Amino acid sequence: MAVKLPDVKHNWSHKRNTVTIGATRDAGGTRNHSIQVGGESTLPFYHFEGDIPNPPAVAMEVWDIPPEDWPEPIREPFQEVGHTPGEWARKCVEEYGAECICLRLKGCDPHGANRSPEEAVLSAKSILESVGVPLIVWGCGNDEKDNDVFPLLAEAIAGENCLLGTITQDNYKTLTALCTAYGHKLIAESPVDINIAKQVNILALDAGFPLENIVIYPTSGALGYGIEYVYSIMERSTIAGLRGDKAMAMPILCDIGIEVWKTKEARASQDEIPEWGDANRRGALWEATTAYVYLLAGADILILRHPEAVQAVKTFIKKLMGGES
Amino acid sequence: MPKKLTGIEIYKLLPKTNCGDCNLPTCMAFAMQVAAKKKALESCPHVSEEAKEALGEAQAPPMRTVKIGSGKKEFTMGGETVLFRHEEKFHHPTGVAIRVPDNMTKEELQGHIHNINQLHFVRAGEELGINLLAVEHRDGDKGKFAETVKEVMALSDLPLLLVCSETSVLQPALEAAGNSRPLICSATADNWEEMASLATQYQAPLTVKCNTLEECADLTAKIKEKGVEDICLDLTGDTFLQSFSNLIMTRRLSLEKSFRPLGYPTLVFPTSHQPFERAAEATACICKYCSIVVLEKGDSWELLPVLTVRQNIYTDPQVPNAIEARLYKIGEPGPEAPVLLTTNFALTYFTVAGEVESSKTSCFVSVVDTGGLGVLNAYADDKLTPEVVIKTIQEQGALEQVQHKKIIIPGLVAVLRMEIQEETGWEVIIGPEEAAGLPTFLRNEWRAS
Repeated sequence: MAVKLPDVKHNWSHKRNTVTIGATRDAGGTRNHSIQVGGESTLPFYHFEGDIPNPPAVAMEVWDIPPEDWPEPIREPFQEVGHTPGEWARKCVEEYGAECICLRLKGCDPHGANRSPEEAVLSAKSILESVGVPLIVWGCGNDEKDNDVFPLLAEAIAGENCLLGTITQDNYKTLTALCTAYGHKLIAESPVDINIAKQVNILALDAGFPLENIVIYPTSGALGYGIEYVYSIMERSTIAGLRGDKAMAMPILCDIGIEVWKTKEARASQDEIPEWGDANRRGALWEATTAYVYLLAGADILILRHPEAVQAVKTFIKKLMGGES
Repeated sequence: MPKKLTGIEIYKLLPKTNCGDCNLPTCMAFAMQVAAKKKALESCPHVSEEAKEALGEAQAPPMRTVKIGSGKKEFTMGGETVLFRHEEKFHHPTGVAIRVPDNMTKEELQGHIHNINQLHFVRAGEELGINLLAVEHRDGDKGKFAETVKEVMALSDLPLLLVCSETSVLQPALEAAGNSRPLICSATADNWEEMASLATQYQAPLTVKCNTLEECADLTAKIKEKGVEDICLDLTGDTFLQSFSNLIMTRRLSLEKSFRPLGYPTLVFPTSHQPFERAAEATACICKYCSIVVLEKGDSWELLPVLTVRQNIYTDPQVPNAIEARLYKIGEPGPEAPVLLTTNFALTYFTVAGEVESSKTSCFVSVVDTGGLGVLNAYADDKLTPEVVIKTIQEQGALEQVQHKKIIIPGLVAVLRMEIQEETGWEVIIGPEEAAGLPTFLRNEWRAS
């Protein structure tokens, strides 16, 4: 006679927020489709006790300037298209199955190419013209310059319901106001610190921005480079959100490619470290595995670079969503 | 923590006579002391056997700790106490086992074991490698299984899993394994009685494999009655998602409900043959509580990330992660190379080192012992002061390696600059606040002369 098991299903009192990115023609934009992230009423992939209405989304990263410092395994696939963001984005979507494009305005960096706000607008527009997926636009990271670029950019892509970032506790007013004015969603960044993560959300709320339109970016470390700190912060955030903390119920974004492709494990050639094996596959798998870990901690949007990593992460998401036969 | 009985629950087990023989005025006071572990239950001369048993059971850990193998490479698993690593820590890192089928030729087998022996990496000062070998009986020659076990034991000192459901094939292999306590895989509803007696006879831990968790619980109870206590649960399901759910349910049942029949370590055989998918399944097993994950032979590029996931997830979150404080060389720094200063918080150091590497500027990095604190915390805690910086630079001899007298300090502690400069005459340069700014900084702002 079979034993009866005690019931261990948790009845979480709240759901995590659902955020929609991208606007179709009906919604005032030009996207072929929008994506929804978040909305879970349980921990990542715990289908046995709650709803997971939206699979995590995989975005690929595109720059406004050619990715000259990218190492071989991720430079090679974009060799032909790296100088035109629109073509680059098209390759990501049509050939590699990106569900979303993240334009990083690397070229606007005043310590680099120092491109103008007008040039940034052209890059964003060219992507919107060549692909139909939703768009994320990520500033160059220099507060002053970003506050210079985003006013023009946010207006130029008004109505497209893009995800723009990032705001931090020291620099949130400009971008928050722009996202309110032009109908975009916001990425709130915090430095691997759960209290600051909450604080940035509250600052945006106080500036009149609805918490429901925020995606949080708790900083992403690569596998082997502090991933466990971020992992635990994401688990704690997710649990807090499910328990009803409204300032912690946001979907989580992980910016993975940029972190992974700095690491030695992803960059070193096989000649340099023969015992680590094939460099191309090692780098791709280092990126994919970093993403796997974040998926299990509650990631809703993952930004990746290597086509094989994108493929692998999408396959794993499908499997964890119950799409495996 | 094992689920403890509360004072009230203990009180219910006492005679409630307030006799005072325990030197406390009331039974309730005594119960509270027992709950707080300040008094032993035995201090009550009148306590019943029933009460002792109930309390003993409640004090046993909710998940059993099981060991496989013997000697230096003995593998310990189970004994976990929390669902999330931030609550305390995960105790026993997931064991990575590699399959060794018994239908290989002698040469193939030797090559396979040789490759596994080669698979070890050093990361953040820790050795990472394979923990176990899963010798598997495939269809065919029955004598081959014991023979393979013998050969494997001659080639490797890793503990073994013996994967074979036919007791007649298994017994000679157990005989060959001697007293090395291999993990037997697996007892099922069909063979459990014979398996349990083999486990008893050879004092080996035993895996239980069923279709549902209910059947598993039923079977472990029966096996325990036969005297086998060292049990492991094979939770591999029909799909990976099923294995994943099984792992989570089992962990919750044992820790949240103290459900003894499933209070054991676990193992999963990922089924994917594609290396990226296999690594994904292994990652999920490691993050979600699996005690042993059995993989096919993997190339080093496949295993390195998997072993790193394990290292990271099983890091104790309560212990500041520190590296050795000394002078590090990144690249091949010469007499013109910059000298950077940072703390010995591992994350800080590895971030700095990563940025310096990607900048392609060879540097010396002088690492201050801040007890594993990051820059700002160390400063706030008086572990990163002008005196400490000067002492560190002098003792590590960083400026003896170069022809300049310049040091670059983290931008977050720019305030230290003047005092160090006045004290030593060195030129103190303020570096970027974030390590991410290092490549640009080194490219644009660093000049040796």
